[in-house]
Amino acid sequence: MAGQEKTLVEILEENNPIDLSKYINYVSAPQAGAIATFSGTTRDTFEGKIVVELRYEAYVPMAVRQIKSICSSARLSWNVHSIAVAHRLGPVPVGETSVFIAVSAVHRADALDACKFVIDELKASVPIWKKEVYSNGEVWKENSEFMERKQELGKTGCCSKKVEFEAHVTKGCCGSKVKVNDEAAKDEHQ
Amino acid sequence: MDTIKIKTENINGKPLESECSCVKIKILFFARARDLTGLTEMPLELSSGSTTRDCLNKLVAKFPCLEEIRGCIVLALNEEYTTEDSVVKEKDELAIIPPISGG
Repeated sequence: MAGQEKTLVEILEENNPIDLSKYINYVSAPQAGAIATFSGTTRDTFEGKIVVELRYEAYVPMAVRQIKSICSSARLSWNVHSIAVAHRLGPVPVGETSVFIAVSAVHRADALDACKFVIDELKASVPIWKKEVYSNGEVWKENSEFMERKQELGKTGCCSKKVEFEAHVTKGCCGSKVKVNDEAAKDEHQ
Repeated sequence: MDTIKIKTENINGKPLESECSCVKIKILFFARARDLTGLTEMPLELSSGSTTRDCLNKLVAKFPCLEEIRGCIVLALNEEYTTEDSVVKEKDELAIIPPISGG
């Protein structure tokens, strides 16, 4: 099969903005008809408080390992071509991208669903932390996805949500659409 | 009380009272855990056969401030999530993972 399947995971050190086009180019391939992306950007307010600064830190080797494991799980559930995941560390100015995910696939459903899976899993299990600094204090944020998953971590590994997602993947209606079109095309030729 | 129980449930074959055979491991603190302890990492010595739970107990005894996040942290042993029942080995790296907030 032409165009090798690839996975790229990058945790970017301080002061390195995420170059979105780099990751989109990385996953693009002649056989991939779809590229789904997710870009997470930093907000300026939280519960009415003005955010002065946001800082990210990570347990880098484990974060890389965990993201790669999530990508492998995504490949088990969806027919994806390439995956790129980037997360920025250090201070991230408001409005800039802190996390970016690009997934390519032959068809868009696989790309979109796998992309959602990767960001959801990242938020639940990848050891990266964000501190929000306000004018009157600071706080380490906590992802609700992690709090829900906490008990399972270490027992079942990551990605226990996979099964749930798989249910959504099964072909819904319109499975015969292609056939109908084929027949219409045949009719035209006859 | 917990520790006594663990010691009696010994791994078969091994002598109960191993004369100070210790393991040295490395503890990593991140985010809130680092703010509370003031450390990014530290060495920790435990008797062999100790579990990650024993490590955590020892850390909380050393840094009582960790008590406030004990209920919401998870542990990672050598870069993989683990339970509190894993036995630690020489040169293991145990990370204290407070609630994450990536994304």
